[in-house]
Amino acid sequence: MSLHLGTNSTYRKTIPASTKNLSEVRNFVAQHALSNGYSRQQISDIRLAVDEAITNIIKHAYNGDENHTIEIDVTFKKDRVCIELFDTGTTFSLKSFKQPNIEEKIKQKKRGGMGVYLIHSLMDDVSYGREDNSNKMVMCKYRS
Amino acid sequence: MNTFSINQRSELGCAILDLHGELDAHTASELESVLQDLIARENLRIVVNFDQLDYIASAGLGVFMAYIEDVRTEGGDIKLTNMNKKVYNVFDLLGFPALYDILDDETEAIEKFSNS
Repeated sequence: MSLHLGTNSTYRKTIPASTKNLSEVRNFVAQHALSNGYSRQQISDIRLAVDEAITNIIKHAYNGDENHTIEIDVTFKKDRVCIELFDTGTTFSLKSFKQPNIEEKIKQKKRGGMGVYLIHSLMDDVSYGREDNSNKMVMCKYRS
Repeated sequence: MNTFSINQRSELGCAILDLHGELDAHTASELESVLQDLIARENLRIVVNFDQLDYIASAGLGVFMAYIEDVRTEGGDIKLTNMNKKVYNVFDLLGFPALYDILDDETEAIEKFSNS
């Protein structure tokens, strides 16, 4: 689905909240970024950030329940691409985005908590909010 | 569809895992069960060859975090080799190079095990 609003182009995809669909979303975002002239490195960063964000929604907002959906809107503006993710699950805190202490996590046999840090490292702007009873996450990357 | 597969080989007493495709939160469980199986059979000299791995997400890194301590406690190690730049960058962003033996080539890993 493609929506044209002024000079921006928006592409929308809605998926069931299952990790099975991660590669499909990665490819969806990457293909549009490629046709909009983003570099290989930028595309690789965007792919990973989107993957980590969707994985967090599946695991934390929906607790692995696949009977839900996630909406992904990719908007190309003149100077940047913004990806908006909408879910109707539990709102979870994403405040901690400092570099995780991997050594400590290994000792405590914990994993996870790395995705949020990666998202903030790979994207230029990341914000969270609520819109029409949905959780909304927006992450943008500038063209240069 | 997500494509991920693991081939297993044995070289000079080391278990080599060749990863192919894309390792994410969906495919990480395959790697997890292969590692669990090796550890259960006390194959603790593990070399993971990333040459054919195109993509990794943090769920993939989490698998290595879960087992490294157990393997090292028993005198083994999990050495990671042949990563492309994109994949290495993810390990690097999270500070893994200080904690894991990440080598350019599989033969270096096998040699290190042979000399230890």
